[in-house]
Amino acid sequence: MSEQAQFTIRVDQNKYLPVGGTEVHAIVTVEATGPLETVAQHAQAAEVIIIDTSTSMATERIGEARKAAMAAIDTLRDGVHFAIIAGTTKATMVYPHRKEMATMNAETRQAAKQAVSGLIADGGTAIGTWLRLAADLFEPYQGAIRHAILLTDGHNQHESAAQLDNALAYCQGKFVCDCRGVGTGWEVAELRKIASTLLGTVQDIPDAKDLEADFRAMAQQAMGKALADVALRIWTPQTAKIKFVKQVSPTIEDLTHRRVESGPQSGDYPTGAWGREVREYHVCIEVTPGGIGQEMRAGWVKLVQPDTGMQLAAGNILATWTDDPAQSTQINPRVAHYTGQAELANLIQEGLQAHREHDFATATARLGRARQIAEESGNEATAKLLDRVLDVDRATGTVRLKPIDRAAEIALDVGSVRTVRTRRDPDQG
Amino acid sequence: MAAICPVCSLEGLPGERFCEECGTPLGATLCAACGAGAVDADGYCGRCGVRQPTGRDHSEIEFTAGAVRVAGVSDRGLRHSRNEDAMALTCAAVPAGPRAVPAPVAGWAAGDALPPAGHPPMPPAAAPDGAENAIIGVVCDGVSTSPRPDEASQTAADTAAGALAERLAAGLDPVAATHQATAAAAGAVAGLADAPSAAPACTPVSAGVDPAHVTIGWVGDSRAYWLSGPGSALLTLDDAGPGHMLTAWLGADAGEVVPHVRSFAPDGPGVVLVCSDGLWNYYPDPLALADAVPDAAADPLAAARTLVGMALQAGGRDNVTVLVIPFTGRR
Repeated sequence: MSEQAQFTIRVDQNKYLPVGGTEVHAIVTVEATGPLETVAQHAQAAEVIIIDTSTSMATERIGEARKAAMAAIDTLRDGVHFAIIAGTTKATMVYPHRKEMATMNAETRQAAKQAVSGLIADGGTAIGTWLRLAADLFEPYQGAIRHAILLTDGHNQHESAAQLDNALAYCQGKFVCDCRGVGTGWEVAELRKIASTLLGTVQDIPDAKDLEADFRAMAQQAMGKALADVALRIWTPQTAKIKFVKQVSPTIEDLTHRRVESGPQSGDYPTGAWGREVREYHVCIEVTPGGIGQEMRAGWVKLVQPDTGMQLAAGNILATWTDDPAQSTQINPRVAHYTGQAELANLIQEGLQAHREHDFATATARLGRARQIAEESGNEATAKLLDRVLDVDRATGTVRLKPIDRAAEIALDVGSVRTVRTRRDPDQG
Repeated sequence: MAAICPVCSLEGLPGERFCEECGTPLGATLCAACGAGAVDADGYCGRCGVRQPTGRDHSEIEFTAGAVRVAGVSDRGLRHSRNEDAMALTCAAVPAGPRAVPAPVAGWAAGDALPPAGHPPMPPAAAPDGAENAIIGVVCDGVSTSPRPDEASQTAADTAAGALAERLAAGLDPVAATHQATAAAAGAVAGLADAPSAAPACTPVSAGVDPAHVTIGWVGDSRAYWLSGPGSALLTLDDAGPGHMLTAWLGADAGEVVPHVRSFAPDGPGVVLVCSDGLWNYYPDPLALADAVPDAAADPLAAARTLVGMALQAGGRDNVTVLVIPFTGRR
């Protein structure tokens, strides 16, 4: 096949370490290019839409959720395998009625929308059960782009945390799940855990009226994915240790504990499905120091599809020891930028936690510092979210906490992991 | 023969080219750093990740021409990330027979230590087929502040050695041959430049040693020494101002290059030592050098290794290259 997605890996780092230096940092930029839309058109795809139909949805929310589901159904192209699940304390097939996927065509599209229009809100919330059903539906479609949309408005009150964890363990690797919380009655930490494990995103939708546009966008994005089950494979020297592997753009996601051993001195970090996009990773490796002038491959980063054995791109993370401080003390601008973005996210998380514990002094200090980093690094979206909870006196620099409403807290919590790419590419000058 | 995988220690079956377990090529080169990993196509060890020394990080040459063994050793040193020195060592069959000692030429400063001249040439000896061997050795030090200095030095060393061998074989007078060889090297190095402002540069020194003469040519601060007990002497005069500031080099930005050439007929056996400043910055004194390698004529490779080792021991701040060419005269 001549039309294939192309991937590039670029490594930004200062490879020079001082004598005895052991810590190697690099930003690995992975970009998918080439005729991705054409490849995506021909890719096999499976989509499951999970709608929370617990009693709390029984306001205007269920109506908006119906419209949103229909918009997503309209966006899926013909030939896509799909199913709609309604979630309460149990998971119910909305369309098709049997526990299987339907194939999209004019007829099934109409029938599915018909079924969705009859959704009513009545019951509890057991998200693990919903996800398990989705995992089973995806089972026959290994190799396809497998994507789910999960909508909820409350926390997982009819399941224990352990039950949810077990369900997540069951589902991990079986599909990618983007999670949406509508209103203010849901738990950010809970949805984040689900989205993280299932390699998806979390987004707060405070106003149910915005669901329709959001679902359409999610379905569009799912239809744009060209390649499923891609992983970052990292080889390291025998005596080296990976300190962390973090996705740092578009959002911060620690992948360190996701490692799956893939060979001698080599591990895979799953990244899910790829469309036309750029993602960046901060890799930190601890190596045994070498002699002055010696060069070491501290990490060999590859983008692979483990199931097919296909290697899509590769790059080297290097280390060279020098006694010239002018070389070893330079911090690569991209490494510095994303280190700052990670600190920003941490400060917000710590600030929000302190606020929950009514430690307002700590909350003010952390969020105030976060506000400063957000501005300095050009992360305007996060700065805006911080302004919803902070009053900053421009003249004196004094920071005060505003009375924090739940919607602002959720928005800040969800937004804290979003980063900006460096404003100015250091290579472009 | 069954091979043990250097990476995972699995024993392969006879005829297998790759390890069943981990895919490592069997019988691959083992890593110079950890001694246990296989080196991959990119030059990195599959176990410890260390990039393997390239040919130029440490190289040695040794061969025998007629009855004379000659040797050279070049090393990256301990502080530089690559070896910008280059060396070439070759020999040529030259027409036999006594030739007049060429007159000293411009560039030679009176009063510089020179082995006593004016002694009668040694008696001619019959050489097979009417030919004798001349040894040609060249050391070039790439100028670190120029672009691609490693390329400049290698180009100059190869070009100068080749040209010198060719002209000596053709029967040309060694002084004229050295002038022409240096000019050829200068042209080749100038040709590497993308622009005069980005001109690769290097400092060459050549030695042509035939059974009657030692002929040295140089531009810059790479040196040649005559080692012969108390008669040891420095043969070159650096093109350098205060603080080792180079005043001459080969490169597109060097203007017209006028090499220094000197030739003499030793009155007894000795050793011609050709080296880069990586050695002489630590050991400039001819007597000290001669003392360090008293058996250089008998085992030139050991002597070259010893001298390079001394430079590394002393700090190895620069690349270091040493050629050892014994002069035996006609026996």
